[in-house]
Amino acid sequence: MVVCCKGSALSRLWKSKDQQVQQLKHYQPQNSKGGGNWRKKFLFLGILLGVLVSIWIFLSMNANIIARRKETLANMCDERARMLQDQFNKTFAEYTARTAFERPLTNGVAYALKVLHSQREEFERQHGWKIKKMETEDQSPVQDDYTPEKLDPSPDQDEYAPVIFSQETVSHIVSIDMMSGKEDRDNILRARASGKGVLTSPFNLLKSNHLGVVLTFAVYNADLPPNPTPEERIEATVGYLGASFDVPSLVEKLLHQLASKQTIVVNVYDTTNSSAPIKMYGLDVRGAGEIHISNVDFGDPLRKHEMHCRFKHEPPLPWSAITTSLGVAVIVLLVGHIFYAALNRIEKVEDDFREMRELKVRAEAADVAKSQFLATVSHEIRTPMNGVLGMLQMLMDTELDATQQDFAMTAQASGKALIALINEVLDQAKIESGRLELEAVPFDVRDVLDNVLSLFSDKSQGKGIELAVYVSDRVPEVLIGDPGRFRQIITNLVGNSVKFTEEGHIFVSVHLVEEVKSSCDFSNQVIRDSEDGIGMSYNTLSGFHIVDRWKSWENFRMFKFSTEASDAINLLVTVEDTGVGIPQDAQSRIFTPFMQADSSTSRTYGGTGIGLSISKCLVDLMGGEIGFVSKPGIGSTFSFTAVFQEGRKNLGDMRRHHPDPPVSDFQGMRGLVVDGRCMRAEITKHHLQRLGIHVDISLNSKSALSGILEACNLSGAGHLDMVLVDKEAWGEGSGLAFPRLLAEFRQNGLMKPQENLPKMFLLATSLSPTEVDDLKSAGYTDTMMKPLRPSMIAACLRKALGVGSKRQREKGQAMALRSLLSGKQILVVDDNAVNRKVAAGALKKYGAEVTCADSGKAAIQMLQPPHKFDACFMDIQMPEMDGFEATRQIRSMETKVNELIKSGEASSEMYGNVAHWHIPILAMTADVIQATYEECIRCGMDDYVSKPFEEEQIYSAVAHFFESGTVDSVS
Amino acid sequence: MLGLGAARLEADMNRLMALLFHQGVLDEQFMQLQQLQDESSPNFVSEVISIYFRESEKLLKNLRSLLHRADRECTDYRKIGIHLNQLMGSSSSVGAKRVRTVCLAFRAASEHNNWSGCLRSLEVLEHEYCYLKTKLHELFQMEQQRVMAAGARYHPLLS
Repeated sequence: MVVCCKGSALSRLWKSKDQQVQQLKHYQPQNSKGGGNWRKKFLFLGILLGVLVSIWIFLSMNANIIARRKETLANMCDERARMLQDQFNKTFAEYTARTAFERPLTNGVAYALKVLHSQREEFERQHGWKIKKMETEDQSPVQDDYTPEKLDPSPDQDEYAPVIFSQETVSHIVSIDMMSGKEDRDNILRARASGKGVLTSPFNLLKSNHLGVVLTFAVYNADLPPNPTPEERIEATVGYLGASFDVPSLVEKLLHQLASKQTIVVNVYDTTNSSAPIKMYGLDVRGAGEIHISNVDFGDPLRKHEMHCRFKHEPPLPWSAITTSLGVAVIVLLVGHIFYAALNRIEKVEDDFREMRELKVRAEAADVAKSQFLATVSHEIRTPMNGVLGMLQMLMDTELDATQQDFAMTAQASGKALIALINEVLDQAKIESGRLELEAVPFDVRDVLDNVLSLFSDKSQGKGIELAVYVSDRVPEVLIGDPGRFRQIITNLVGNSVKFTEEGHIFVSVHLVEEVKSSCDFSNQVIRDSEDGIGMSYNTLSGFHIVDRWKSWENFRMFKFSTEASDAINLLVTVEDTGVGIPQDAQSRIFTPFMQADSSTSRTYGGTGIGLSISKCLVDLMGGEIGFVSKPGIGSTFSFTAVFQEGRKNLGDMRRHHPDPPVSDFQGMRGLVVDGRCMRAEITKHHLQRLGIHVDISLNSKSALSGILEACNLSGAGHLDMVLVDKEAWGEGSGLAFPRLLAEFRQNGLMKPQENLPKMFLLATSLSPTEVDDLKSAGYTDTMMKPLRPSMIAACLRKALGVGSKRQREKGQAMALRSLLSGKQILVVDDNAVNRKVAAGALKKYGAEVTCADSGKAAIQMLQPPHKFDACFMDIQMPEMDGFEATRQIRSMETKVNELIKSGEASSEMYGNVAHWHIPILAMTADVIQATYEECIRCGMDDYVSKPFEEEQIYSAVAHFFESGTVDSVS
Repeated sequence: MLGLGAARLEADMNRLMALLFHQGVLDEQFMQLQQLQDESSPNFVSEVISIYFRESEKLLKNLRSLLHRADRECTDYRKIGIHLNQLMGSSSSVGAKRVRTVCLAFRAASEHNNWSGCLRSLEVLEHEYCYLKTKLHELFQMEQQRVMAAGARYHPLLS
């Protein structure tokens, strides 16, 4: 069973080895495979070692057993040999004493007399028989029918040893001359010479034909001297006593006395002649195993005897060794198997890991592909959009009235926002891969919100929903952060709200977190709008019920823990709508990418559902949190916080991004907002205040009328410039009817007719054509379409009040540029004639006096101080000397001159009264990449403009140093 | 009658421009160019364009000679690149978008020392250039006619 276990384990081992080999083949390319192999090798080495150990145990135990067996054999053999030897020696020692006894070991004892040849006649006569010789002529003494009578008489010899007495058992040897047998003769001669018992080599005994030995003693007469010489001994010899031993029977008898005779086979050999040992006793049974040899000394120093012992049976199987070693082997194999399984498992996990990593790489590749796709697509969209924007720009340069201008600007802004959005979608990939980095530039939150609003104004007007934004006064004007991302979040949220809202309002509010935290005491009108509904109408923007917005941010970290005091500005932005809301079951996965509330959503509303996840990522990046509360059928409110730094208000910086709405035109004007809904009125007020208009609110018509009247009667400070009435001030169409009340007042004579009434404006989300027709007759000067934006309000007010010149406003930038560049001497350096011409044309348009140079060298010559130029536009890529090199040389030239002036070696008069020469050099480059820009700055350029020229860019670049220049000239 | 002609001519011009824009032959840079033209420089656009044609013709000739050398192995791709950069710069300045695009492909081919690609690009470039030239000539003719028509109309008033 153990073997079978072992076998199965082995086969399993082999199988798994095969598997492993396959796996190895399969996963060879992976380099980290080495670790597994290494471990495997170790495991197999360990198993091999274990098996070897078990084999060693087996071998050592087996050897032990064999050694013990051998020892046993040796012991037994030695014991037997000793006994046999003892028997012999004892026999001889007591031989004489025991002659009389019948002794089992001696076949027979006989006495032969020494008879000399001279005495033979007498001896034969005395005994009455002839001395006979032992052997027959045919030299075959071994005969069964052995009778002495048939033997021939002994031939003549010097000496005879005829047997005269014999034991009954050997009576047949009487009268046989012992000297005639070769063995016996030797024996006799040796015995009488040595005086000791002498053994023959084994020979077949007479008659019995058994193998035997004959022990011979010499018998001496009494006058043997002490320490006799052999000659004296021979002389003193009287006769010989011989005893024949039948060895087989002797040994047999002896061995019978010992136990365990059956376990071993005993052979006794005479090894006097070592090349041909004579077997004296022993069975021909082939014993098993090895032989142990013991020497047996029968007391005759001339003869050597050996006893060979061997076990009769094969050694039994060494069960204990087998079982022990097998047990160890099995344990080793089992342990090995366990380890092997563990290793396999580890390997599998590693393989899985590798596979996963490969998949990850593939997924990342797919991600890259996706990004590339997005890049391509967005590029393709951008190209036609550029056409659209270009056309819009052209349209705006034509004669448009304020409304048209606003429309065109809105269209352009929206187009730009669309392009920005495409870029932002592109950023999703970056966000996901963590590569997105936020900018830190100064920006105006209010501007950002206005932009977002204008983006959605069409939609909200089309749907007839109110869209409004409110930024708390405590929010600083300039923040430092990433306006693009901030806008992206708000755009996403508002976009969602617009999508899912059919009636009611969408309201975006921006507060400081601290402000909201402390406003638990309901100090701020706008924050505290929620639940105090009046009658059926709630005090919200549109009068619709909204969800409790507090819940959307109650879990925010910023609210739970007090934020440490720092210059960080924590903004809380809420986007509240009265849309369909989010179903409860979908609320948990609303921030998961591509997950919409349900599959029907995309069918009904379109969209991918990626917006919220992007928003969440961006909010996380800004160090804020996003949350929401939503009730199906009532609406949703999304809130998020974002951390910004407070920025110093710096007009120069800001102008690059957002031209400020001209505030000064309306500074000090007074306005009245007439609206029954105080939330809405607050927001209108907020926007007007941003334009510098002082605003009062009238919540009902009565107070409004009285306010207007009062203002009309007052002059100067109390004078009202405008009245803004919401179209739905107290319900459907009530706003439209308001001027009628005023007219009635006037008819009633409460107002002097010639008194110039303030301009009336209607605020509306949507207007039907008939309503538009009614407007003028009703007494309104104009309408303002919501959502309200300062730029739009300003445009409308300007048109109505005639403040500011249209051209100045529309072409403000162009004019500013003109004023900056007018009369300035500008050098344009470009090797390309066409580019030169275009650049010169563009700059001439703004009144600059342009000189052209067609190479860097020419430019250097012309710019050698003193010169008349105020600025230089330098192409970067020019043959011979590029823009960088030219600029470097110009700068070094200037430094030289400046040093000369400074050290007084040259008076500044020599250099046109200029104490410090530094001509602004602007790079013109086709590829506006960061590296180029840095290179520009490094070699001493002041800024760069991209080719082909863009008005805004030139403006921002030129304004930078010409503004300070004008300041200098003024001072 | 003449005034009507001027209006029609202007409409035709606009249509042609729109077509050129639609085909991507021109881009908004051309518009910007037109904006630069005012009372102080009444022929600005045509001046720029004629410079452009003059320069481009030179560059094209150079490119042709560079590419049609006997041994194509020694074609100086670096010089080709410089010429192409020039052509691209001026094309983007006048808003010749398609010419510029072809130049880009041409430049890519020259960067890879792809002689046959360069040759192919040159053919396309010449085709584009010819197209642009004829269309712009057409446009300027119309412009001239329009100015003349307008001048004819306003002339009596002025005199």
